[in-house]
Amino acid sequence: MTAAAPIVAARDLVKSFGAHRVLHEVSFSVAPSQVVVVIGPSGSGKSTLLRCCNALEVPEDGTLTVCGTDLVRNGTLIPERELNALRMQVGMVFQSFNLFPHLTVLDNVSVGPRSLRRMPRAEAEALARDLLGKVGLAQKAEAYPATLSGGQKQRVAIARALAMQPRVMLFDEPTSALDPELVGEVLQVMKGLAREGMTMIVVTHEMGFAREVADVVMVMDGGRIIEEGPPEQIFGAPRNPRTRSFLQAVIARD
Amino acid sequence: MNLDFTPVWQGWRELAYGALVTIEVTSASLLLGCILGLLVGIARLDPRRKLVYGVATGYVTFIRGTPLLVQLFLLFFGLPQFNILLPAFVCGVLGLGIYSGAYVSEIVRGAIQSIDRGQMEAARSLGMSHGKAMRIIILPQAVVRMIPPLGNEFIALIKNSALVSLLTIADLMHEGQKIISISYRSLEVYLAVAFVYLMLTSLTGFLLQRAELRLRAGGVVQ
Repeated sequence: MTAAAPIVAARDLVKSFGAHRVLHEVSFSVAPSQVVVVIGPSGSGKSTLLRCCNALEVPEDGTLTVCGTDLVRNGTLIPERELNALRMQVGMVFQSFNLFPHLTVLDNVSVGPRSLRRMPRAEAEALARDLLGKVGLAQKAEAYPATLSGGQKQRVAIARALAMQPRVMLFDEPTSALDPELVGEVLQVMKGLAREGMTMIVVTHEMGFAREVADVVMVMDGGRIIEEGPPEQIFGAPRNPRTRSFLQAVIARD
Repeated sequence: MNLDFTPVWQGWRELAYGALVTIEVTSASLLLGCILGLLVGIARLDPRRKLVYGVATGYVTFIRGTPLLVQLFLLFFGLPQFNILLPAFVCGVLGLGIYSGAYVSEIVRGAIQSIDRGQMEAARSLGMSHGKAMRIIILPQAVVRMIPPLGNEFIALIKNSALVSLLTIADLMHEGQKIISISYRSLEVYLAVAFVYLMLTSLTGFLLQRAELRLRAGGVVQ
């Protein structure tokens, strides 16, 4: 392999909640500019795996390297300061948006660079307006999150994560909380990011998006990656019978 | 039965002065109570930090489980045995502030814990430390939720402050009793004293309500 060093590399990650083991020695890696889409039935460990990548969940065993730093080595998390520095390079978008309700849209996007990169207010706000324009919400800069639709909230959340100029973006079911007619506008923004070469890990149930945008599709079930490959292979000729039955169930629904 | 409010009119200067002292004692202990309450409330968020959590919990348990009057007397009559002689005013403010802090801490803790977990996760994901996320993201939202219960606490504090008259502090209650000791007009003077307390608590309630409305109008609360 001549590929550049991976942005995310996980080896044998193990995670349990109480007695319930959610991840069984999961290994994978994500190259720069790659879009990896994680699919699988609910409870398969997709979100947990994604949340490990910025240590919102800490694996109890295994090694996880993100942006060249060992975030977790043999189950031990790096010290707090290094963790915070690393998180600045990893953007996260949540299913439930988690915008800051007491801040305007502009402040939601600029608070990161201002408080963490010590960017002067004017510069941070210019950056924020730029990003809001990119997600199609320049006119909402002064609004409070409570006045936005779900799709608009999620686009602001994407802009907020981008404001830290991350090297990788993590999406945790970004469209699952949206009304069906609002899903498209969020996926559109995500497609744009992928085109620009952003490294992305996306947990989603949007099979159309996976088919169209993913470089690699990872199928999870029961805390393991049961199949991994380009979308043509996963959707066209899935090898694992459980992948087949999952895809049948999902496609029957659509 | 005849009511004679003459002693109240004649003593209005003393009552006004007493009311001023009551405001002073209450404001100072309020400030102390809020600072203590904030620190203790935050200390009680995470039981895994055993020492900090233990000390804070011990404080809240003791203060909430014993009478305020006993706590005041411990400071005023108890400490001198260690040759710690604090002025009455300081004892009153310390006693009321420490007492109030225990209740404020529960308000602080409740308000912080009522903020959705996703807020902390989003702030931490940007790269903020726990402290920074607390300051910039969690507390500003929690403070708005604290206002109604804090209003009740402030009002309780104003009323509880009458107990410091027993530490020889010349507050509203104390001035009223002085007038009674000369005029023997208990009913009239206590009615007047009650009325002044009612004014103080009503005014406080009104101001807090306005503050809350303004914060809501500012979009801080959805």
